[in-house]
Order: sequence, then C-alpha cells, then structure tokens
Amino acid sequence: MADSTPKIKILKGAEPDLSAATYQIHDESHTLGNALRWMLMKNPKVEFCGYSVPHPSENHINMRIQMYDNLSSLTALITALSNLDDLCGTVEDAYKSSLATDPIERWDEQS
Amino acid sequence: MASSSSSLPPSVFNPRRHVGVNLERVTNVTNTEYPGHYPDEDHSWDLAKFKQNLQLSVKRLSQRSIEFDLVGVDASIANAFRRILIAEVPTMAIEHVYVWNNTSVIQDEVLAQRLGLIPLDVDPRMFEFRTQTDTPTDRNTLVFQLNVTCERMKNAPRGSTSQHKHEYVRSEDLEWVPQGEQEVVFADKPPAPTNKEIVLAKLAPGQEINVELHAIKGVGKEHAKWNPVATASYRLHPLVLLNPSKPIPPHLADKFAKCFSPGVVRVESGGKVSIDERNLRKESMSREVLRHPEFEGCVELKRIRDWFIFTIESESHYKPEELFLESVKVMRAKIASVREAAEALIAQPGADARVDGDVEMATA
Repeated sequence: MADSTPKIKILKGAEPDLSAATYQIHDESHTLGNALRWMLMKNPKVEFCGYSVPHPSENHINMRIQMYDNLSSLTALITALSNLDDLCGTVEDAYKSSLATDPIERWDEQS
Repeated sequence: MASSSSSLPPSVFNPRRHVGVNLERVTNVTNTEYPGHYPDEDHSWDLAKFKQNLQLSVKRLSQRSIEFDLVGVDASIANAFRRILIAEVPTMAIEHVYVWNNTSVIQDEVLAQRLGLIPLDVDPRMFEFRTQTDTPTDRNTLVFQLNVTCERMKNAPRGSTSQHKHEYVRSEDLEWVPQGEQEVVFADKPPAPTNKEIVLAKLAPGQEINVELHAIKGVGKEHAKWNPVATASYRLHPLVLLNPSKPIPPHLADKFAKCFSPGVVRVESGGKVSIDERNLRKESMSREVLRHPEFEGCVELKRIRDWFIFTIESESHYKPEELFLESVKVMRAKIASVREAAEALIAQPGADARVDGDVEMATA
C-alpha cells in the first residue's frame, strides 16, 4: 500500500472558509467514523455532520461537516477529536478502577 | 412503575432511555440527545457530565472471558470498542511457512492455512509490525519448527489403539527456535501455542512433515488469524415493565412467568406477579409473552439504550481483562493520528487558497 496517501484530504466543493467541507480520512472505517460523527453532532455549532464509507473495498471514509455562523469545520473536527480522546480516557480510568475495587464474580472456565 | 425496593437506579425507568421491543418490530432505536433536538435542553458535549453519568462495572471474570457493564455511552462508542477488539488489537500469528518436506496427504497450502490459525501465546506488545519490505529481525519475527515423521512404535503394547509415533501432528509439536535476543527476553515463558491439542494433520507410517514457520504481528482486519478474541459482543440490558392498571390475573401467573427466562418473574403465593430486577439481565427477550392475547397490554418489553453488557472471550495471549484496555489504547492511537493530520492541515500555509480554487482532488 502506498504510504504517500495523506491521512486527511479536503474534497472538492468545500467552502473557502471551511464552514462546510467534506474530509476524506484515509485508513479509517465505521469504527472511528461513527464515533467521530456522534461527537461532532454533540457540538451545538455544527449544523450538519454525516459520514459514509463510499465503497467497501476503498480504505477511507468521507466526513461531511457543515457549521453555523461560518465557523471553521476543521476546528470543530479537532475539538471533536480531543473530546473523543477525553471520553476514551474517562472510560479507561473507570474500567481500571472497577477492575480494582468492584466485587467481581470469579469463576473457573476450562479451555 | 419503579418499586421502592428496586435494585436498578431510578433513571433506568426514564422512557427516553428505552428501546421498545414489540411483537414484530423494535422502536426508538436511535439516540436523540443532540443539541437542538429538545427545546431548552442542552445536550452539547460536557466531560464533567459524562464522567458523572458513566458507570462501568466488571461483573464476571474467568481465565478466558470477562463480562462488564458499560452504562452511559452512545452506541457509536461502544461499537467502536467492539469493532477494535475484533479487528484492530494486534496479535502474533504464523504468516510464512517454508516447506522443506511434506509427504502427508494434507497439501502444503492447506497445512499452511491450518498453521496460521494456531493461536500463539506470545505477548504482541514485545514485537514490532513488519511490513513486506522489512527484513526479519528478532524484534518482528518469531520462528518455529515443525519436524515430525510418523513411525511404528516397536514397544507399543499389544492391542493398544496407538501403534505409531506422531500419528497425529498436534500444535504441541511446534518447536520454538529463539532468534537473537529472544532467548533471554522470553526465557520465563517460551512462546508456544495457547492450546497444545490442536490436530494439524494425520500421518501414516513413513510420512513426514518438515516446515519452518515465521510468525509476525498483525491485526484481525487483515486476516482472522490475528483476531485476539473468540467473541467480543455486547447486548442491551433488558427491562420488563408491568402495567399497574392491568395486573396479571392470578390464575395466569404461572403461564406468565413461563414466558420469561427463569428467575425474571416472581410469583407470590397469592398469584401476585412481580419482576425480580436482579435477574433482569438474564432475560432472553424471547417475546413469548407478546404472543398471548390474554397478556396484551399487561406488560412492555424494553431495552436500555445506553446500558451495554459486554462479553469478551480471549483466544490469544491477552488476559480477558486486558483486552478492553488494549482496545481503548488502539482507539486513542487512531484519534491521535487523525488529529495530527488535521492539525497539520490547519497549520498548512495557504490552506485557504488551496481550498478556494485548486483543491486537491481525491484520486480513487
């Protein structure tokens, strides 16, 4: 696989101020696409956000973001990514503390 | 409808969290809590609120599997972790098979396929990924040897079923060949298949298999042999709501209870029916109760949209409790790589000009 493919491309038709743009994210799938879409939609400044996997044998997703008030969709994307990372950190900490402190039913399972 | 003795938190009875399970359809599947959806409600992202609402509790743990509840996240997040567990948590598996001799009835390529699928008990975190152009080193490749010949055993007891040595080639016959530093690094626990009893081939006397095997690090999306789990799945927590204005007639109480998984419905001596909330998670949601016209309107079946009961079964080196943490790690690495690219895009001088006219077209 050619490693020269950029991770993110802005597709043709984007607004000059990036208030509406479609980002093509290389080497990603529904895994990140749907989670990122959800996080972007949690932003009240986002008018519309949707993603698609254009073809199952193509290894990329298209993420469409439209903003209110001519704000930059790229900034919103970065904010969503950092919020998503905070979320993952919170889940990770909660899992670790549950594993350490919660009463867990331990049972014997033979392979 | 929540009784005072409820073992479930009261917020569980909030209808907005319910997915309706009806006779022939499910309703209210999607989450609607987005900014702008409900007037005068703020549903924008709030980490403090998320931390407060998030509940994660590990319920059951064995040597091979784990069950835990993840409450308070959207399906897209839970699904991302599930997908990563299946497709993107790395493991080690045999990728290259060099056949020096194979006189068995099983063809080289079929044998190679079977060898690839053997789960190996080696920590993948000790290895680096190897691309096609990389040279094999002790940091990215693990070597095994399989050299067996089926022979008649001269001293086998008469009438014994097994008269031959290596009649069955099993995964235990793989011999690890340490490379470079590996002998020291893996001295405590030499790499071997997780299961020693996998039959790889059957041999007749005189037949021989002599192959060299190179295992590399990979992920499940490339080939299922790198999948670290037997299953990683979640289901939504079931909820059974009785209608207080239409109680179950006492003479039908037993029939009603039989419509559910054992333990879910309690029948008291007078024929009074109640739901045992501690056993609700065992409910199979068979919907049997909805088939009987006499129970129409008495009961509602629901699932809680943001209460995920995860089950992960490990089939690799990872302990079951480590797997979820690995998936979170992979998720954060993905986020970091996209974020880095997005920040590079914003920092790019003339990014506006590029977007304005001369937009870089995506080549398919």
